[in-house]
Amino acid sequence: MSEQSVGRTAPERRADGASTRRRGIVGWGDPRGRRLGGFAFILNRLTGLGVLLYLSFHLVVLSLLARGPSAWDGFVSLAGSPLFLCFDVVLIFGLLFHGLNGIRVTLVGFGLVVDRQRAMLVALMVIGAIVLLIASVHILTVG
Amino acid sequence: MNAELDPASDTHATADTGVPIRFRVYRRKAGDRGGHFDEFTIEVAPDTTVLDALVAIRTRLDPTLVLRHSCFHASCGTCGLRVNDAEVMGCVTKVLELGTSTVKVEPIANEALVSDLATDMVDFYARLAAIGRPLIRDSEWLADSIEPAGIESYNRFESCIECGLCISACPVVATDSRYLGPAALAAAERAVAEPRGLDPNFVLDLADDPQAAWRCHAAFECTEACPSAVDPAGAIMALRRRAASRRLRSLFGWRKP
Repeated sequence: MSEQSVGRTAPERRADGASTRRRGIVGWGDPRGRRLGGFAFILNRLTGLGVLLYLSFHLVVLSLLARGPSAWDGFVSLAGSPLFLCFDVVLIFGLLFHGLNGIRVTLVGFGLVVDRQRAMLVALMVIGAIVLLIASVHILTVG
Repeated sequence: MNAELDPASDTHATADTGVPIRFRVYRRKAGDRGGHFDEFTIEVAPDTTVLDALVAIRTRLDPTLVLRHSCFHASCGTCGLRVNDAEVMGCVTKVLELGTSTVKVEPIANEALVSDLATDMVDFYARLAAIGRPLIRDSEWLADSIEPAGIESYNRFESCIECGLCISACPVVATDSRYLGPAALAAAERAVAEPRGLDPNFVLDLADDPQAAWRCHAAFECTEACPSAVDPAGAIMALRRRAASRRLRSLFGWRKP
């Protein structure tokens, strides 16, 4: 923030002792009173954290390759279990939502289709739901 | 605290054939360590607004209830509230149209609390002032207008009624006190779009900042909450487009940085 920072004019607790009822991170998880864009914001946060966790887990899994075939084969057999496949579906949901909502945020961030952003979100989510359905059927039946 | 209002004793907000509604009203006085909710039951008529009900509660049941209001018709912006967890103007929100037998009333969030339902808007106005809002207000009278006989001059109105609902609804302001916020950024876009002979780059410089237009996460809650169709989120995106365009032109040497 530059020296011209306007944010400096609004400290959390002012000199006169007045406190601010800031909704905080807990407020992000509160769905009451939220609209479509608000839900997208919250879900984008959650899926972002989920994808970050997955990438960390993915790197740990890849490190098994350095420990020889037996370690890797053991993981591959685990990865084919029904519970693990369900995790795959959750992962694909997270990737789809985060990616598709990211397209919307990027477009409106450039000032494009701002007045149609809600319709765009709905359309992208419909596309995501179709892709998720196809992927889920494929994962859970073909494996 | 629980209290009930005898509808026959009230002349402003209730009707003899009213519907009993329970109000859970946020209470917190200066020096209190935390807030709590008091409950009041009053009968409301079809046209009774939340502000009407709160005035009736203060007048008849609890004179210590602090709330803020002025015009009663959504022009002054002073009675912005969170009602049933959504940001609304109390003066134009009819109680029965909420569709709940219990109505929760809280002050707007993310602003300093004075007492009960009244928030201190000093920080809000400081943000507006910082982006040059006074530059717009100072030129409120159109210098080159031709007024008809009997009219001294045209008055220029801004759409924003400075109610703070957008600040309360914004999920980014909820966690970041340094964020300039939707109201000030909407005013910034107005100043840039209509500079009135001033250098818009001054305001755009302030808006083109990580804690200004680029801090928004496109939840559009501000636009949804705005009672005056200002569309702060749309204004923020317009500022981003202007800022990005200016940076690109500067990058390719088409404009001095």
